[in-house]
Formats: sequence, structure tokens, C-alpha cells
Amino acid sequence: MLCDNCHQRDAVVNLTTIENNAVRQLHLCEQCAAERGVETSVATPKHPLGEFLQAVQQQSVPASTDAGKCAFCGLTMKDFRATGRMGCARCYSTFEPSMRELLRRVHGSPRHTGRAYRPPKDEVLEKASVLGELRERLRRAIEQEQFEVAAELRDRIRVLE
Amino acid sequence: MTLDLSLLPDGGVRWLDAAGAHSDVVLSTRVRLARNVDGYAFTGRARDGERLRVLVQVREALQVLPGLDDSLMVRIDELGPADRALLFERHLVSKELAGLEPQHPLRTGAAVYLSDGLSVMINEEDHLRLQSLQSGFELRAAFAALDRVDRELGGRVPFSYHPEFGYLTACPTNVGTGMRASVLIHLPGLVLTKEIGRVLAGLQQMGLTYRGLYGEGSEVVGNFFQISNQTTLGRSEEDLLDQLIRVVGHVIEREEEARRVLLRDAGYIIEDKLWRAYGTLRYARSLTFEEAMNYLSGVRLAVGLKLIGGLSVYTLNKLLIFSQAAHLSAAEGRSLTESETNLARARYVRRALEEEAGSVG
Repeated sequence: MLCDNCHQRDAVVNLTTIENNAVRQLHLCEQCAAERGVETSVATPKHPLGEFLQAVQQQSVPASTDAGKCAFCGLTMKDFRATGRMGCARCYSTFEPSMRELLRRVHGSPRHTGRAYRPPKDEVLEKASVLGELRERLRRAIEQEQFEVAAELRDRIRVLE
Repeated sequence: MTLDLSLLPDGGVRWLDAAGAHSDVVLSTRVRLARNVDGYAFTGRARDGERLRVLVQVREALQVLPGLDDSLMVRIDELGPADRALLFERHLVSKELAGLEPQHPLRTGAAVYLSDGLSVMINEEDHLRLQSLQSGFELRAAFAALDRVDRELGGRVPFSYHPEFGYLTACPTNVGTGMRASVLIHLPGLVLTKEIGRVLAGLQQMGLTYRGLYGEGSEVVGNFFQISNQTTLGRSEEDLLDQLIRVVGHVIEREEEARRVLLRDAGYIIEDKLWRAYGTLRYARSLTFEEAMNYLSGVRLAVGLKLIGGLSVYTLNKLLIFSQAAHLSAAEGRSLTESETNLARARYVRRALEEEAGSVG
């Protein structure tokens, strides 16, 4: 069978794509497949994580962007390749170009189109942290049998709640 | 800390009650969202103190959250291995959170909030794994319940989020929506007619994946498959759910068709085989876990095909959970050797089937 794209070389790859919810079969030669980003030389592992780790190994991003380490948690790209896990949220910004490429390979797209997140307002966070502290002080007051202090703290907690 | 699962409605296994849609084929639906609390290293890289601070911060928010304010909080890190195995076997926590894998030892700060059908695992691979577990094929209902908790909790605790990549997770395979939706489905018809290979290959082409009864890395036993979305980024939660609903609906049709073909072309052979499975469970004196699973699979199929009447799917579902090693040990009140476990399993299954034996025919 000849390649559906160049119609010259023998097709060696069956590429199934889903476009607009329709399944499309393409028979491609090695060269045209490679142009579409399909690896033909590497056997595809069955395990989803295997596929992912393979994508990690195959990343061809210039070494300069991967040098250095995350300023927050100290993770390096070498650590990531060993474990397959990022160290913290900041790592995604530190290694952004590599991660964008990796996410594109793993998910087919690096762009989130789901629920947009609205973080808590500052006053909510502040209230939560004040409440947390008051509750901790209340626990300690009760432990030390300082019941007057405890009653006062309980009132303050109620008002805030 | 002692574990008392009787505090949960139905011991936390209401998702097995076979009340949901297509419950003769689909056991349960699970949707989970992975979230991390901003300002801390992810669980695997965090220090003990950081994980404990995450736990405290989330606890403050969950105590007042509608739907979870009356939940049971369990500090996994204070439980012994037998109780942790029990929670895992009951599908209430992951193997990683339970600290049952050699590569993931028990972590300080590991905890879970359990409520009817909803749970929040804390300090799993991600700081938070919000989960909804429902009986039958109920993806939209499972997601709706979870979505509410996610919004409420996210409005009180800051989540790690990137404007382009979405919700950030320890493993890049979960980034974006952080959502993994899965359906636990029983496909003996497709296995017997040898159609299963084609169906599973088709799933992968549709961006879905499958696993065994216990999720990632687990073997397929008793013809139970967990089908879930493989990717989490680039498509909305609704798109991912719609796709899964469509494909699983198709798989259910194929399974039902396979069952009709079996009955039509090999009726008496199938009937004999399935009654033999029932006979073995009803009278065997020793059963390995795998044997029990395979015979239960046969009996489940027989009930679905109406070849065996008078036996409830709920009873069969509960046998899947309660005939596991940690549950049998808990029932006997001591740890059992492997051969003792097999004897206890056969005894347990015999008794459970005996209770309904009068109506079976």
C-alpha cells in the first residue's frame, strides 16, 4: 500500500486520528509519519505511564532551559526524569518550555480548557488564618485549663464564623 | 487511633448497592480531582512539617463544608497495617495513601475524610484527591457532587493553578482538569466471545485507558475492568465525561450483544458452566482470591442472563469486597496465613450464599 500523503513510498504506519468526533485512518510512510510527529522507530509501550516516561526521556529541549533548579523546592530536571514527578507548583514555571512540550506530547495539547479557577479572596484567606490561630490558642487554653481565656476565644471565633 | 467503619452508612460500601443505572454490567462510577494547596512543595517532596500544615489548613476548611461537615476523619498515619489494608480493600483510599507499597511508605500527615459517596484524601501523591463514588453508571451525578465540593473548598483554600496549564499536579499526566473519571465494568461476555481485545484496542484509540479492579498497575481479575480517560488537559471536564459516557455506553451494548450471542449459540454449555461456578462457591472448602473472583464473575453473569434467579447483585458485589484477605482477617479478629485465608474465604462465601439459597433456582 502506498503512503496516503506522498503517494510514493510504501505505507508502514497506520495512524488513527479523531477529528470532529470522526475517526480517520491514515496510512503513512516512515518519512511522512515523522513529519506528523509520529515516532516509528520506538515500540509504543502499553502502559500509560510507560508512554509518559518515554515522552520524558525523548524530550529534545535545549539543555540550557533545563539546567538549574527550582528556586522553591530545589528540583532539577534530572530529579524529574528519575521520578516522573514535579516537586512543587513553581517547578512548572521554572521549567516552563520543557513542560509545555511534555504536556503537548502526553495530552495532545498544553492548554487547559476546563474549569477556570478563582482563588479565595484575600480577606477569606486572612480570616481563615486568623480563625486557625484562634482555634489553636483555644485548644491550648483548654489543655491548660484557662477557662476564662477559652471562653473569650470561643466568643471571638463565633463572631468571625 | 482505632478504625470504626460502622460509623459510615453501609460501612462505606453503598456504592455496591446496585441501585444505579446498568448495574448488572457496571458496578460503580468514580470521579476524582487532583488538587494541590499553593505555597507548599508537593507531597512527595514536602517535609513532614509541611504535610502537617497542609492537613491543618484543609481540616479547617472541610469542617464547615456542606456535604463533608459530618464526615469521618481518619488519620491514616496513626493506623496499623491491618486497618490500612481494610480501607484500601474497601476502595476508600488508594494503595499509595495507605502506605502499602514498598516504593510509597506511609507518610506523616496522610489522612482521609469519608462521607457517604464522597471522600477527600490528604497527602496522597497530590495534597488533595477529591473523590466521588457512586453505584452503577452515573458519571454526571458523580461529577456534579464532586464539582460542588471542589468549588467550595477551592474558595477557602488556595489551589495551585497555572493560567495556561490549569490545575498543577505532581505527575504531569494529571495536569489540567486533574480529573480522572472511571467506570468499573464487568465484561465476561466480551471475554468469552474473545471480542475483548478489539474493544480494549478501540478504547485506546479513543483516548481512554483500562486497568484492573484496583486501578493503576493492578491486574484484571474476574473480568472486571476500570475504563477511564487517559488525558486530562486540552479538553473540558464536560467533554471528557461526554466521551467516556458515549464510549462506555457502546461497550455496554457490545457486552449485552455478546451475552445474547452466547445464550443463543451455546446456551446449555454456558448454563452448565455458570451453575458449576455457583456450585463451587456454594460448597468449596478452600478458595483463593483469584478463584473466588472468577467464579463470582460467572455467577454474576448468570444472574444478568437470568439463568440463576433469586440472588441479588448487591450480595455478589459485597462478596467481592468482604472476601478479601484483610476483611477476612478483621472478621476473624486475627491475622491469617495464606491457607487459613483461603479456608476463611470459602466459609464466608458459603455462608453468604446459604442465606439466599432458599430462593435460588
